[in-house]
Amino acid sequence: MQDFEPTVIAFVCNWCTYTAADLAGTARLVYAPSVRLIRIMCTGMLDAKYVIKAFLEGAEAVLVSGCRPGDCHYLNGNYKARRRVKLLKEILPHFGIVPERLKLTWIGASDGIEFAETVTRLAETARRLGPSEARRAMIL
Amino acid sequence: MNNGHDQPRIGVYICHCGHNIAGTIDVAAVAKYVEGLPGVVVSRDYKYMCSEPGQELIQWDIKGHKLNRIVVASCSPLLHEHTFRNATEKGGINPFFFQMVNIREHNSWVHTDRAAATQKAKAQIHGAVRRVAGHRALETKKVAIHPDVLVVGGGIAGIHAAVTMANAGKKVYLVEREPSIGGHMAKFDKTFPTLDCAACILTPKMSSVGNHPNITLWTYSEVAKVDGFVGNYKVTVKRKPRYIIEDLCIGCQECITNCVYKEAKFPDEFNEGLGKRKPVYIPFAQATPQVVLIDPELCLNFKRGVLTDKCKKTCVEACADRKAIDFQQQEEIKEIQVGTVIVATGFKTFDAKRVPYYGYGKYQNVYTSLEVERLVNASGPTGGEVILRDGKKPQTVAIVHCVGSRDVNYHEYCSRVCCMYALKYGHLIHDKIGPEAVIHDFYIDLRCFGKGYEEFYRRCQEEGVHFIRGKPAQIECREGKLVLVGEDTLLGRLYRIPVDMVVLCAAMQARKDAEEVGRIFGVSRSRDGFFLEEHPKLAPLSTATDGVFLAGTCQAPRDVPDAVAQASGAAAKVLSLIVRGRVEIEPTISWIDPDICAGCQVCLGLCAYSAISFDERRKVSVVNEALCKGCGSCSGFCPSGAARSRHFDNRQIFSEIDGLFDAIHAVGR
Ligand code: FES
Repeated sequence: MQDFEPTVIAFVCNWCTYTAADLAGTARLVYAPSVRLIRIMCTGMLDAKYVIKAFLEGAEAVLVSGCRPGDCHYLNGNYKARRRVKLLKEILPHFGIVPERLKLTWIGASDGIEFAETVTRLAETARRLGPSEARRAMIL
Repeated sequence: MNNGHDQPRIGVYICHCGHNIAGTIDVAAVAKYVEGLPGVVVSRDYKYMCSEPGQELIQWDIKGHKLNRIVVASCSPLLHEHTFRNATEKGGINPFFFQMVNIREHNSWVHTDRAAATQKAKAQIHGAVRRVAGHRALETKKVAIHPDVLVVGGGIAGIHAAVTMANAGKKVYLVEREPSIGGHMAKFDKTFPTLDCAACILTPKMSSVGNHPNITLWTYSEVAKVDGFVGNYKVTVKRKPRYIIEDLCIGCQECITNCVYKEAKFPDEFNEGLGKRKPVYIPFAQATPQVVLIDPELCLNFKRGVLTDKCKKTCVEACADRKAIDFQQQEEIKEIQVGTVIVATGFKTFDAKRVPYYGYGKYQNVYTSLEVERLVNASGPTGGEVILRDGKKPQTVAIVHCVGSRDVNYHEYCSRVCCMYALKYGHLIHDKIGPEAVIHDFYIDLRCFGKGYEEFYRRCQEEGVHFIRGKPAQIECREGKLVLVGEDTLLGRLYRIPVDMVVLCAAMQARKDAEEVGRIFGVSRSRDGFFLEEHPKLAPLSTATDGVFLAGTCQAPRDVPDAVAQASGAAAKVLSLIVRGRVEIEPTISWIDPDICAGCQVCLGLCAYSAISFDERRKVSVVNEALCKGCGSCSGFCPSGAARSRHFDNRQIFSEIDGLFDAIHAVGR
């Protein structure tokens, strides 16, 4: 358990959070290397299956992050994502996954600092929760 | 060209970006790892991939190694995705057979541990290699832009935009709801800070609209419906009956003189109700077009808007053989085809009655700003004399700023123009009443930000306007005087100041039907109710709907110079689209597999752009490619998996996830 390094998969929208992550890079803000980003055009595009797949493959935490309410490049995709994430949080326990491992945030294009802090905090949560239940249950 | 169904032959290029990437990531080790991945034929690391030789390297390899997929691991795709897509295309394969990996902003710049960063790079590229194998060839479609333009709203912004484009040789339809163009500016007396008369600068512009061979002017008309997409809009315009045949009316106004009503007795909208008009009228002297209209609510030939034919019709007699009056006229529907739209529907002034403690509507000598514009105007109801509703000439006048704006109870925003026109009133009233007039100006802050504005403020100070910092809390009526009660926040003292006349500087606000109008044109609104631009800084004229632009005060409060500047900008945007002739439609949009679609129609409600329709015959949903923006709201939810986002297909994202975890299993995390 000592040197356990959790994998965090982040589904981020192209227009806001991806750009925020770029900004975190430009500002050289350091965060855990186990954070892996997957770019989608808008969080509204997020299929619930992506999140489940990431957990079943062994992710210790999943972040879904898009534009702030009202800022979505496609008007309201982020609200649709919010509904999907809410449903997912109800479903995850059925897979033996603690809902805390899934997080939804709004991080605007200029919030590089907030991006770095968010993923760092999520990685800490995952570290505290330990290796994914899905993996421990040897579903994999 | 292959469509992506053959065996992948992938080339992977890892950029050093000088020291930026190579300083943290062991690029050679990554290249070595990638070499062993399934489908990878070439794996190289190179100093600067975005340089000419870097791009040529890709092109050479495509030819030499018969590559059909390219992965570049370097900086953010927001910087160089285009560069490498072009290089891929130049090499002879479809630009969408390319995937970019961000190992700089998302890796070398944010991680310090070389081993961990290297492992992450391996995983990131592994994901891209898996993903790119499933990419499909996509073609960027081009559609022609119809060269005609629709301008909605004939205020100064709409007029300016229409004339600009018409002068460039484009055919413009200008649709105005009121019987004449001119908007608010036509009501103004002088314009700040130069004090040139509004009519003198506006009238020539209005008549150039009326006479322009390239402008079709439809006043007293409204846009009812807009269908289609950028370059190809079908617009339905409703023309309200004015009971006058426009082509036959010569504007002689004989009908008005000869109306059975000898006296004008109905409140006149153009003069804010301060003047009177007849049932047959022309809104104002310089109205464009110079065509009268009949108000069916007031005309004796109608009863509550329904034709009764009971009047003597002296107007028809007066019109004689011109035969311009037509009581049978009906609403007319016009359908036009345009490529682009400029929305310039303007603003409305805040209803000062909503602030009960200022007594507007209760005390007759409390006026709103627009009323004062008419009152000081030489062509206004008093011929430019400041005469109050009770017939007296005021000696002391109070001007109150920010009525309805900068007030959390009404509008939080600053209305931007009130400070300046308040100063202007101070000057004009001094001018009309004489130097003995006492003018008190109650403000919160004076915002004189524009060219020549601060200088104008100084000038008004020197003319002797009393500036008092502190909005009145209340206006009372005591012995025929209006008494303003409040606190002077600079002196820290309460004031009670009696005056003869109060001017309320009412805020500019969004029009009541802005929401409905927004829906017609696919434009959303910001929290303050005004139309929302695409980007507050970098795309202030365009909207979320391609080909629809904003000009003037429908987007935010602004003054005449700014509205005109914005109108020029919107016209330039339209012209640049027309000159280009075609728009490219991004191929990364959604499609619905008709073989899988179960016809549940959930996607119809999810689509924010009304881009999905239901094909009743085949019982499946269909995406209108020109309207779809590729947000993927449909594909993210489609219960049967029929709706897909091109280039962000389920299979492609799954492969990326697989690749990321394959790497973790292979090299650890
Ligand atoms: S584009 Fe960022 S959430 Fe929709």
